[in-house]
Amino acid sequence: MLSNKEKMLIAEIWERLIPVAEEIGADALLRMFACFPGSKTYFSHLDISRGSPHLLSHGKKIVLALAEGSKDISQLTVTLTPLQIMHAYQLRIDPTNFKLLSHCMLVALSCHMRDDFTAVAHAAMDKYLSAFAAVLAEKYR
Amino acid sequence: MPENSVSADLQTESDKMVEWTDFERNTIQDIFSRIEYDVVGPAALARCLVVYPWTQRYFGGFGNLYNAAAIKGNPMVSKHGTTILNGLERAVKNMDDITNTYAELSVLHSEKLHVDPDNFKLLADCLTIVVAAQLGNEFTGEVQAAFQKFLAVVVSALGRQYR
Repeated sequence: MLSNKEKMLIAEIWERLIPVAEEIGADALLRMFACFPGSKTYFSHLDISRGSPHLLSHGKKIVLALAEGSKDISQLTVTLTPLQIMHAYQLRIDPTNFKLLSHCMLVALSCHMRDDFTAVAHAAMDKYLSAFAAVLAEKYR
Repeated sequence: MPENSVSADLQTESDKMVEWTDFERNTIQDIFSRIEYDVVGPAALARCLVVYPWTQRYFGGFGNLYNAAAIKGNPMVSKHGTTILNGLERAVKNMDDITNTYAELSVLHSEKLHVDPDNFKLLADCLTIVVAAQLGNEFTGEVQAAFQKFLAVVVSALGRQYR
């Protein structure tokens, strides 16, 4: 359950990260690939080495989607409809991976924001990422 | 169990040794030699109590845990956080025998403290995030993987004696 204060904080954080979307997104993905090698199986058709254009563009897409969703969290189901459809019918990524990426996104945020990634920000962000992942998986079955 | 808790459950058979690469050993020693236990420990425990508020159920005697500021400033939380890090150091110094190193602590957490072992993963995740903030870009994906593997072994050992 996200309070209004938390929603504002989340939107604020993502807004500030838009200029470094590529960097943060790629970092989160690389962490996931290093820590949870099974996740790499979804990227066998791409070059996901550090610095590769595929990795950077993919990382950017993810962060921009998270930022977009954060602008109006109460409308997540509406905002994410196209992504829901893509993930359910085309990508079919096992939703367990959403929590792996969410965790790695939190670590990436912590490395980037250091002391600014306070416990309160962490709690809010964790809840947001959980909600985002849940909405993404809604059309799976 | 919150969806984003990922400290992996390592299913260790009773005689199966955990294999550590040189990189993993060095990484763990390096991290623990660099972090200040009385900073990271309190920060990690406080963060766990804030991010996963139900974990406060085990700290009824700790006084004011009413909000993030109270938790952060609570001296009992700080003291216990440091205790936890000192406890982790035992595993750092005995990486090849973590299961036995924690046998007694496992019994304590199960029989006396009655802590749901899922909570160990929550704390481990918070510790990862606190260490990440400390080390910044030096906490690379590879370093994170080694650290998480270490914590997974610790978590498994702590849950071992539950029945």
